[in-house]
Amino acid sequence: MDIQTIVDISLLTLLAVTALILLRLNNLLAAVLLSGIYSLLTAGLFVSLDAVDVAFTEAAVGAGLTTVLLLGAVAITGREQSVTRHSRILPIAVTTVTAAALIYGTLDMPKFGDPMAPIHTHVAPRYIEMSGEEIGIPNIVTSVLASYRGYDTLGEVTVVFTAAIGVMLLLGGVIKRKSKPKKHE
Amino acid sequence: MNNRRSLILREVSNVVIPSVLLYALYVQFHGEYGPGGGFQAGVIFAAGVILYALVYGRKKTQKIFPTSVIRYFVSIGLLLYAGVGVASMFMGGNFLDYNVLSHDPQHGQHLGILLIELGVGITVAAVMIMIFYMLDEYAEKK
Amino acid sequence: MIADFYNYWVAIILMMIGFYIVISDANLIKKMIGITIFQTSVFILFISMSKVEGGTAPILIDEVTLYSNPLPHVLILTAIVVGVATTALGLAIIARIYREYGTVDENIIHAKDEEEYEDSDEDLS
Repeated sequence: MDIQTIVDISLLTLLAVTALILLRLNNLLAAVLLSGIYSLLTAGLFVSLDAVDVAFTEAAVGAGLTTVLLLGAVAITGREQSVTRHSRILPIAVTTVTAAALIYGTLDMPKFGDPMAPIHTHVAPRYIEMSGEEIGIPNIVTSVLASYRGYDTLGEVTVVFTAAIGVMLLLGGVIKRKSKPKKHE
Repeated sequence: MNNRRSLILREVSNVVIPSVLLYALYVQFHGEYGPGGGFQAGVIFAAGVILYALVYGRKKTQKIFPTSVIRYFVSIGLLLYAGVGVASMFMGGNFLDYNVLSHDPQHGQHLGILLIELGVGITVAAVMIMIFYMLDEYAEKK
Repeated sequence: MIADFYNYWVAIILMMIGFYIVISDANLIKKMIGITIFQTSVFILFISMSKVEGGTAPILIDEVTLYSNPLPHVLILTAIVVGVATTALGLAIIARIYREYGTVDENIIHAKDEEEYEDSDEDLS
């Protein structure tokens, strides 16, 4: 086993442990902070999987911004964690069955790191070979993101824009509270 | 209340915030050569501003980055992105086909990518700052 | 065998933990955390598939010929930023719900809704 596999496996195990603790936590503030740690671990995992751009984004977004936004929401709603719970039997049954089906599905997948997997034999090689000549910049992710798939990225930016409009509409307006809704006769 | 935050917090953030903002610009304009680009740069810039707001309070931050200005930047970035597409159409190419933007296709690609990454960065940074302002303002309105 | 599929399996386990939080926890903010875990598990699945044994990060340099697949990276990069934007939207909705109902507990919200519904029913009859 080489060092990369060891790093990979230990980071994944840590992630699973963090998520399990998160599942059992009742204090909201602790849960939010733990989700920040979870994101940071994910960013580390992405570096070990060669996805440096993604790791960068995850570290800035997941460990930084999402945590701040969740903290802001906890500041609004208070740290109270509900005492009421749904029954646990049905969720456990549903997740176990789904997990079993998905794991059965992975058995057909190409092995982890297999260079001959279908995903690596189609489309991607062309970008790797030609983007240096056609676009002239070294970072292939940026070439694909900004040039080859510029259309998609325009859509993504529009989604971010729309989300901001949504937040502004939901939170920015004048608030009238505690006026009992009028009932229609 | 906001002005009486801990001395250590203020001093450390005084050192950290300028470097965070500078780093965001580096990531923005160096994204073609190393990891980085508009999305990351926007988020890092917003994180710097939000850090300032957390330490010094939102009111003080809004004097530097007023809500009314940020609101325009939310759409300016997107318009810049789409504008590059339209410009390339007028210059005889397809929508978002940067080859025609300059005399040399590769230079055109460079210019196009630089501009649209800038657009992405502006929109993402403005959106994140805006969302933070909104949540924080909402928390104060009781 | 285990090392071949370990990444996929952990991604599935994380996905199920997120799913479990979403359907079993009554607190809406905890549900949002569950959704982000679910999201991250999908990211891990995609990035695991992009890895090539012995490859390196997809930034072109002269000495290297084997790169990991850049396409999933592009997909996930944008998905992360869109994810935080949608999370913010969800939190904004939760904040409004809190102001309206005074709680973020799903069960209590349901109970209040039922009450109101029964009140309006009596008014009708």
